[in-house]
Amino acid sequence: MTIHKPQQRADVAEIITQASADGTALAIVGAGSKLGLGRHAPCADQLDMSGFAGGLDYQPSELVLSAGAGTPLAQIEALLAENRQMLAFEPPDWSGLLGAGGSGTLGGVIATNIAGPRRVKSGAPRDHFLGFHGVNGRGDMFKAGGRVVKNVTGYDLAKIQAGAFGTLAVLTDITLKVVPAPETSVTLVLRGEDEQAAFASMTRALNSPHEVSGAAFLPAAAAARAGGFGGDATSVTLLRLEGHGPSVAFRAGALASMLAGGDVLPEAASLALWREIACVQPLLQRTDSLVWKLNPQPSRAASVLAEVQARLPVTSCFMDWGGGLLWIELDPAVPDAGAGVMREALARAGGHAMLVRASEALRAQVPVFAPLEAGLARLTARIKAAYDPADVLNCGRMYPPVVS
Amino acid sequence: MLARRHDIVAHLRALVPGEGVIDAEIERRAYESDGLTAYRQLPMVVVLPSTTAEVVAVLRYCHAEGIKVVPRGAGTSLSGGALPLEDGVLLGLGKFKKVLEIDIANRCAVVQPGVTNLAITQAVQGEGFYYAPDPSSQIACTIGGNVAENSGGVHCLKYGLTTNNVIGVEMVTMEGEVLRLGGKHYDAGGLDLLGVMVGSEGLLGVVTEVTVRILPKPPGARALLIGFPDVEGAGACVAAIIAAGIIPGGMEMMDKLAIEAAEAFVHANYPLDAEALLIVELDGCEAEVNHLVAAVEDLARHHGASSIRASTSEEERLLFWAGRKAAFPAVGRLSPDYYCMDGTIPRQRLTQVLARMKQLEARYRLRVANVFHAGDGNLHPLILYDANQPGELERAEAFGSDILRLCVEVGGVLTGEHGVGVEKRDLMDTMFDAVDLDQQLRLKCAFDAQSLLNPGKVFPQLCNCAELGRVHVKGGQTRFPELPRF
Repeated sequence: MTIHKPQQRADVAEIITQASADGTALAIVGAGSKLGLGRHAPCADQLDMSGFAGGLDYQPSELVLSAGAGTPLAQIEALLAENRQMLAFEPPDWSGLLGAGGSGTLGGVIATNIAGPRRVKSGAPRDHFLGFHGVNGRGDMFKAGGRVVKNVTGYDLAKIQAGAFGTLAVLTDITLKVVPAPETSVTLVLRGEDEQAAFASMTRALNSPHEVSGAAFLPAAAAARAGGFGGDATSVTLLRLEGHGPSVAFRAGALASMLAGGDVLPEAASLALWREIACVQPLLQRTDSLVWKLNPQPSRAASVLAEVQARLPVTSCFMDWGGGLLWIELDPAVPDAGAGVMREALARAGGHAMLVRASEALRAQVPVFAPLEAGLARLTARIKAAYDPADVLNCGRMYPPVVS
Repeated sequence: MLARRHDIVAHLRALVPGEGVIDAEIERRAYESDGLTAYRQLPMVVVLPSTTAEVVAVLRYCHAEGIKVVPRGAGTSLSGGALPLEDGVLLGLGKFKKVLEIDIANRCAVVQPGVTNLAITQAVQGEGFYYAPDPSSQIACTIGGNVAENSGGVHCLKYGLTTNNVIGVEMVTMEGEVLRLGGKHYDAGGLDLLGVMVGSEGLLGVVTEVTVRILPKPPGARALLIGFPDVEGAGACVAAIIAAGIIPGGMEMMDKLAIEAAEAFVHANYPLDAEALLIVELDGCEAEVNHLVAAVEDLARHHGASSIRASTSEEERLLFWAGRKAAFPAVGRLSPDYYCMDGTIPRQRLTQVLARMKQLEARYRLRVANVFHAGDGNLHPLILYDANQPGELERAEAFGSDILRLCVEVGGVLTGEHGVGVEKRDLMDTMFDAVDLDQQLRLKCAFDAQSLLNPGKVFPQLCNCAELGRVHVKGGQTRFPELPRF
């Protein structure tokens, strides 16, 4: 395997032009923290983008930050924190889940479009991704979007790039919208609810004007693995409030009174708790288990979970995003990694499921992303060909290559 | 194509029965332009389907016959996005007017594309919800048009654009295939095709159903009206508000000419001594609003505000907004015609951009009134002219193009919310080079290989998909002779 480590955009273009001519598949790698995510489809060569670190252009009062795609996320988050700002989509650190160190690079966050608990209020990376420079699979250097927060000039190519797992183009420079960090935050904790009751509480909270920015439900076993709740042995429904001091104080009281109860977890404990939830820590009971991420229609979360629990050996689970995100851990011995059951349940409920953690062999056999219906599959293949006609960029990382 | 007109009309009548096909010239006239009235073109025929199946049938037929199609919502585009083609079908979605479902548990509403933006809020406000993007044309513009244009409004700094508030669509491709993108769940699960559909100006598909996120209505809001003796002070105050960690629900700026025009029109008691006026709206619970009003007042004083008023009643808040919301018609009273521009700039370049605009006013001998979505840097210079004076329209358009080039030069973009349409397509190369544009055209080809859907919009050159597959199409190739140029 050849590992290319370009330093300039023109080098990337040259490497891809050559790979495209030779038909050599390239694995796009930043810090390597998310290499275990997606279909397992080994590429002949590797394109190491860690040389595109830095190049920061950040004006806090413009709410815009640009940086090289290989810039470590931790560095960006530290810089933003110094200026009391943040990435609104709360990029999670899945290193515990995926068994690779660190939270990775900016490019990796965009490529995977992974959001943390604040997704429910503030959207995903795609909602904050304003523009980029990159190189497509033909070796063309192109740019899209801009460096301002409001722009409708041309197609919004940033959107389709987010979550494309590097299969369309290699990003070299990324511009994001950033937002002020909340002055403070607290969490209202309701104890002892079951899935149905928890969904009802989360929905009442999210449908209230109290600007809930996190809504999760941890069954008792998952709650036991979250720092603050060690010995309580009850389930917890968690509702986060963030913002300016006087506002958070008022809303915490109003929300508790609306839901007739709950304890308020103060700022430090609240921050630690939501970091754990973002990292999926409450789920992980064993290191060899299969992990699924389900995005059902929120109102169907409890019924989807019940169906999956009835039909598969679920070892652990929890809900985030007010029911819009279900984390499910399965015994690794389950046939087809449980994919058939997951997808049947979601076909009825609306939504999709991704196999997040499994062996390379399983991730090569079982569809990791939700299979597309025929029309969407054809369009997706045409778009892939429009960007990368020789199919060299992260070939097979989302879907098996189309055999023509 | 025109020779086949009779035949085409007859075929379309079989596909869309009843009054769904408009053939008479006098009735087609109603569709000859959109909100950009300087451009007019009579469509070959107008088709108004009322079901997705009819849209499918029309598109399949047009695809098979190689007939161009221009989709249209309410026709309020300010960039000529719905400008008809002489040899094309105008496909109006005006009969898709139903609110299909209000789903409070999932905080979304499913509506047909011809439902107006405001009607969505009206349909959900009884439950304490609203639909956040609020383009100024919200009484008339449809959600289908909002999806095509990725419409904004005064609240989008805090609550996002259409793209951040639409979670699913049903669309029909030019080939007549029905696709569902997104839905009530979070995230795409595959490529984010919904993300590129939004803002694609009707070039990628025809939207036949839209699922939007709805938000709980904030319990309250107060507005501040802040006058400044100079634009620099107002600009610095905006930056300071954001640097203090405050994202207002709305933050608008007006220059002296716009202030005077608005005040004369609606008598909102705007400070006529001010060179620049800020309207800052803070929404949320009462504790938050009062806390932030005090914080913004402090920042305004610190940045040399000459007057500060905070609304103390809902009536007063609406009065503060009345002047801003009437700014376009108010400016319209100063001059027989005006031309509305829509660039976005990095806010820190505001003073420089306004100074350059002053120089351009002298060069083109035309006045400009400026209203400005100050929070996100989206400028709306209104160029005053008189179309009855020979040469003034051309001068206004040349002036407008210079303003947009200036926006790009300082690091901004050609359009913040009105779209490229026909109006700005020839300026696309100020922002994008040929390779950038080719990538966009390739995406177009993946959706519509024959370039039959809304051709002539957005891109300065014809999309030749076969040729794109091999080599770059360089500038200066086939243009659109049938479209007027100004």
